[in-house]
Amino acid sequence: MSSEPTSLHSWGRYPVTDAVVHVPRSAQDIQYLLQHTDASATGFSGIARGFGRSYGDSALASHIVHTRLLDHFLEFGADTGVLTCAAGVSLDTILHHFTPRGWFLPVVPGTRYVSVGGAIASDVHGKNHHIDGTFGQHLQSLRLLLASGEVVNCSAVENSILFHATCGGMGLTGVILDASIVLRRIPGSAVMQRTLRTQNLQEVIEKFEANVATTYSVAWLDCLANGSALGRSLLFLGEHAADGHYQAPRSGGISVPFSTPSFLLNRYSIGAFNALYHKRPINSEREQRIEAGNYFFPLDSIAHWNRLYGKRGFLQYQFVVPDESAHAAISRVLSTSSAAGKGSFLSVLKKFGPGNDNLLSFPIQGYTLAMDFKWEKSLLPMLDELDRIVLDHGGRLYLAKDARMSEDVFRRSYPRWEEFAQLRTQLGADKAFNSLQSRRLGF
Amino acid sequence: MLKNILVVGANSAIAKSVSRLYAEEHCRLYLLARNEEELALQKQDLLIRGASEVDYSVFDVNNFSLHDAIVDQVLDSLGSIDLAILCHGSLPDQALCAENFDAALKEFNTNALSVISLLTSLANHMSIQRCGCIAVITSVAGDRGRQSNYIYGAAKGMVSLYLQGLRGRLHPSGIHVVDIRPGFVDTPMTHTFKKGALWASPEQVAECIVNGIRKKKHTIYAPWFWRVIMMIVCSVPEVIFKRLKF
Ligand SMILES: Cc1cc2nc3c(=O)[nH]c(=O)nc-3n(C[C@H](O)[C@H](O)[C@H](O)COP(=O)(O)OP(=O)(O)OC[C@H]3O[C@@H](n4cnc5c(N)ncnc54)[C@H](O)[C@@H]3O)c2cc1C
Ligand SMILES: NC(=O)c1ccc[n+]([C@@H]2O[C@H](COP(=O)([O-])OP(=O)(O)OC[C@H]3O[C@@H](n4cnc5c(N)ncnc54)[C@H](OP(=O)(O)O)[C@@H]3O)[C@@H](O)[C@H]2O)c1
Repeated sequence: MSSEPTSLHSWGRYPVTDAVVHVPRSAQDIQYLLQHTDASATGFSGIARGFGRSYGDSALASHIVHTRLLDHFLEFGADTGVLTCAAGVSLDTILHHFTPRGWFLPVVPGTRYVSVGGAIASDVHGKNHHIDGTFGQHLQSLRLLLASGEVVNCSAVENSILFHATCGGMGLTGVILDASIVLRRIPGSAVMQRTLRTQNLQEVIEKFEANVATTYSVAWLDCLANGSALGRSLLFLGEHAADGHYQAPRSGGISVPFSTPSFLLNRYSIGAFNALYHKRPINSEREQRIEAGNYFFPLDSIAHWNRLYGKRGFLQYQFVVPDESAHAAISRVLSTSSAAGKGSFLSVLKKFGPGNDNLLSFPIQGYTLAMDFKWEKSLLPMLDELDRIVLDHGGRLYLAKDARMSEDVFRRSYPRWEEFAQLRTQLGADKAFNSLQSRRLGF
Repeated sequence: MLKNILVVGANSAIAKSVSRLYAEEHCRLYLLARNEEELALQKQDLLIRGASEVDYSVFDVNNFSLHDAIVDQVLDSLGSIDLAILCHGSLPDQALCAENFDAALKEFNTNALSVISLLTSLANHMSIQRCGCIAVITSVAGDRGRQSNYIYGAAKGMVSLYLQGLRGRLHPSGIHVVDIRPGFVDTPMTHTFKKGALWASPEQVAECIVNGIRKKKHTIYAPWFWRVIMMIVCSVPEVIFKRLKF
């Protein structure tokens, strides 16, 4: 079940660590692992890992419980749409089988190559967060394997504290074995999209607000525009086409075979790309019909696109700030990064609806911005500066993207961390389940 | 189109992926493998993926005396077999087998003789049907004996040769025989190996298998580039090859 350490990283390719990867075939295998780890006399310490689509170090540790073989569908209620499946099943597999039957996942992140376990552990959000909330809010229940080896059922009514700690809990409460997800009936899988061009940040925020009733909304922001054009964006609004056509998102497309020299991504190439993208001709009156795959997962058509950032990888910086400070905070973040000469190839802005009861869930009512920066030493001080701006405005960073936030920043922005830490101690999870991230954040 | 499918060694990672592809085509599957819990899980999974019916029995391929009975049981359930695909196998500890014949014999039983025994029974039943397909997962390791892995290679090679002969024998009865030779596949069998660029996933290999069977290939290298690699490996003169440690 286990092997020699191999070097491992997640989507951002930073950091890289040596890990022993265990690939259990069943809950019993994990129980055995928890009881018989030869690693040290202190017992097992490691973390669950799904598809490694988190950007930083949340799925990294010296021992990894890989859920690749826990990949069975367990039950499906064709009338209720409740799908029970093991934690290693990918959202891609779910969509592949259920979209053609008229069902869709209630929440999907920007890539479909994530596991159900990972989607729960990060309590992921999609383009419909302002209406539908997070992935965890659409679970009927889940089964969690604790440090003691015991398997417990959790839901909003049964073991609810554990449930709310596990959704968004970054694998730090135990290993999620399986979950029951309430799928959603859709009138058609394609999306009718309208694109609005906005000239600055104020305008895009106004347009988000004016379109809160639209199910899907997301904006792509030109992070290098400044002055009066600061924050200019293209806002994409979408609703499922009501045409009764159902097609699963398709894979294929192209692949980046190896790491490209990262100097290709510099402020000039990024600036040029962003300017061209913003100026591309659009007709904001006309709706465009876009296949689900291209609408929800545009990046999935370029396999291994993370290699474009070179061998040293990149960091994604995603933060959320409350509505009232959104404009001020985002303007300062943009001007700070632009002044530091750091561009982000893709910057994505999204309106969030209210937060939920999950202890470490990221979303709060407000706006979230995600920016990708290629790794370089001078990046870290700038990100520290961005942290200060975000904290000053009552915001926080997304743990699924994080590889460098300090313990202090974490504690100040996730007020329920202490409750979470206490629960971990009670469960013995503090000994058994640790990632590079949890250690860095002081758990 | 294939309808009734027998999968032996059904809990193997490659077999599981193959069964899933056939489930999507609404086939009826009969699974044979050792671990009942995993079989039950697979049954449920395959039904949700679209299989029209799934049955299974617990079966250890090294119980040769049960082979006839199990084939009867499968035929009772499926009626006829459109495809029998044999996927079980084990990767020997070469060093142990070099010293201990009992260990080597066990490997020959699992990887070769069990296949031959099962095919004896299956071939006789299927030739009465006068249609159908027999597919066996062998390995590129059977293309040439290497000092690091020749017990496995010899067993797989034996099956490949056997299949060549069987193919000729069954051709008049309309039975197609396929030899599937995967290269490196990332499965529990190879979990402890360091993985590199040549490695494929079980899902990729399963697609090669299902496509190859559909196209009535005789020998499937999975993925295809192993055909080229093995051509090169086989063309190295023995004087040089015998000095190679791999
Ligand atoms: C291109 C791209 C776009 C993205 N877009 C979005 C987006 O729009 N919205 C969003 O919210 N996120 C987004 N993400 C982030 C991604 O959805 C999350 O990081 C998700 O957790 C990844 O799932 P995974 O299976 O790869 O998990 P991993 O990266 O392997 O693990 C992530 C965390 O989940 C835990 N975990 C995994 N499986 C289990 C389990 N069985 N039990 C307990 N814990 C477990 C791990 O311990 C770790 O803490 C995006 C990522 C990429 C690469
Ligand atoms: N992985 C590779 O790189 C590779 C390369 C070339 C060829 N192959 C061949 O591909 C086939 C599938 O292997 P895999 O890679 O998918 O590995 P795998 O998941 O380990 O599958 C091997 C399967 O064989 C079964 N098996 C072993 N002995 C058995 C017995 N006595 N009775 C019944 N079943 C038995 C195992 O059953 P349990 O589940 O009960 O243990 C296991 O499910 C094998 O024939 C293998 O030789 C693999």
